[in-house]
Amino acid sequence: MTDTTPATAKIRPPRSQWWDVWDQFKTHKGALVGLSIFVLILLAITIGPFLWDMAPTYVDLRARNKGFSAAHPLGTDQLGRDVLARMMAGGKVSISVGLTAMMLSIMLGTTIGVLAGYFRRLEGPLMRLTDLFLALPLLPLLLLMVTLFREPLSKSFGPERGIFLLIVFAIGATSWMQTARIVRGEVLGLKEREFVLAARSIGTPARRMILRHVLPNVLSPIMVSATLGIASAIITESALSFLGLGFPPDFPTWGRLLYDAVDQMQLYPWRVILPGVAISLTVLSVNYIGDGLRDALDPRIRGR
Amino acid sequence: MFDAVQKPLVEVAGLKMYFPITAGVFRRQVGNVKAVDNVSFTIFEGETLGLVGESGCGKSTCGRAILRLYEPTAGAVRIDGTDVIAASSDTLRQMRPKMQMVFQDPQASLNPRMTVAAIIGEPLDEHTKLSKAEKLAKIYALMDQVGLNRDFANRYPHEFSGGQRQRIGIARALALNPKFIVCDEPIAALDVSIQAQVVNLLEELQDSLGLTYLFISHDLSMVRHIADRVAVMYLGQIVELAPRDAIYAEPLHPYTQALLSAVPEPDPEAEKSRRRIVLTGDVPSPANPPKGCNFCTRCPKAMAICHETEPQFREILPGRFVSCHLYEQTAGEAAAPGARSEHTEKTIQQGE
Repeated sequence: MTDTTPATAKIRPPRSQWWDVWDQFKTHKGALVGLSIFVLILLAITIGPFLWDMAPTYVDLRARNKGFSAAHPLGTDQLGRDVLARMMAGGKVSISVGLTAMMLSIMLGTTIGVLAGYFRRLEGPLMRLTDLFLALPLLPLLLLMVTLFREPLSKSFGPERGIFLLIVFAIGATSWMQTARIVRGEVLGLKEREFVLAARSIGTPARRMILRHVLPNVLSPIMVSATLGIASAIITESALSFLGLGFPPDFPTWGRLLYDAVDQMQLYPWRVILPGVAISLTVLSVNYIGDGLRDALDPRIRGR
Repeated sequence: MFDAVQKPLVEVAGLKMYFPITAGVFRRQVGNVKAVDNVSFTIFEGETLGLVGESGCGKSTCGRAILRLYEPTAGAVRIDGTDVIAASSDTLRQMRPKMQMVFQDPQASLNPRMTVAAIIGEPLDEHTKLSKAEKLAKIYALMDQVGLNRDFANRYPHEFSGGQRQRIGIARALALNPKFIVCDEPIAALDVSIQAQVVNLLEELQDSLGLTYLFISHDLSMVRHIADRVAVMYLGQIVELAPRDAIYAEPLHPYTQALLSAVPEPDPEAEKSRRRIVLTGDVPSPANPPKGCNFCTRCPKAMAICHETEPQFREILPGRFVSCHLYEQTAGEAAAPGARSEHTEKTIQQGE
């Protein structure tokens, strides 16, 4: 065992786990493709508006329903607004809503799941709360939340940011239950494993036990529900916009673009396909990134 | 073995570990699984106490309850003068370095997402304030001590063989210089060739560090090799506790006799004359132990009294504790030899 590079190998200090994770992530082709597509989309929605500086809300009634041309690379909509500019502006909103709402719901779900799984006393109340949320009719609840809090939030944070916060919170607060249930189940099983007992015999307090032994081992299901969460957050946001309860009507999001175009789908199919493809590409690339990350974070799969 | 004046390190008194059985809609408690029922013994400093018994008799639960990995139902465990069971969580945490555990399944007892260095370093993180370099030096020293290549520090548990994993577990247990280690069947999951290595390692470490072991095992030959004294458990109770040589030469309790008669003899000549006591029936449920002596349902020498009253765990010869009505009268009376001749009649030769 010491015959190869004895001197150098012995003094090599433990290196950061993240290098191993990156090494493994690089070997996952789907994840790399997903990552590059996702980075491209992010670049398009952040740098894109500076390169193509047409206002997404500029109405040009003479240029309604135009096809692809040099003046409007992706055509115009029924009010003569530039679709490319609207796509970029809409992507910014949709992706930020998707990511923040997902993070909120994962954090809520993981916290509640871990607490319910690890502390016996909390299990009853927390899981009943989860059941309660699962049993609530979500759409009416969302509608109620939006109608109740839209005005005060718009007043204190400005119309755009107020609605953004409201929608992120509304989506996050109504989509954490699945994560919580999955995580609780995993934690219940994990808690009985011998390495948790070994940590107890060392005297590791509960807080560090959760951070060091429980959370890293429930990462896979969390990852999966996180990637799925982005997709459903983007779609819920579009549904809210469609019901007229999301962002204001002239404010583009991918979901709103999609629903605006549905009326004239047979005449102008591109206007449906473009935002649809954008949503699907984002969701798909995030799924692949999540997949690669999950594999890379598992040392048992790493190096295979 | 009893040459020097021995100081007790671990004193277990009346330890009971009952797990509640609940039933019905309201989760009403309908009974208890008496996994450990009124167990008392003492472990002296520097010795190895072997704890043997068949599967499910409560050996592991006993070991875990002693370290308070479970909350025992009743009883006291004094380790180095402090009662572990009554200790507050802060006191307990401060006592943890003194008492450590080596687990049965080396695969399950190591977190699959931590490197070897992180696993061995975890106790150091919890109880010491070493700098990063000092900690690494200590981890390397521990790895040397248990015979692991230092180059393995960055690897993960799944990359090792069973024996190597068990060494990692031992290194983790040693990290805080404990006085007392509970070895919970540390060799049960290993190959025979690796078993010897691990047991020898444990013995070497005992010699060099002055460790005290509670060695839980169902391997009687291995216990004979490593233990100074042996305790035999049956259905949550210790039925016999004696110095090793005495118990292997002349087992007193009928259960111990049956257990030892099952050990294969390496010498073919001796094997031919080995007489096997075959117990009939199954171990009764620990949720519903029989009235009287726990062993009375399977005991080849059961008497009327055995079904009525529970025998006391008493010292009948110096250093030899037995819980059996056969020896209730007085220690040293002719009861023991009489019982022996009686038992030869009832034995069944193996292969019949």
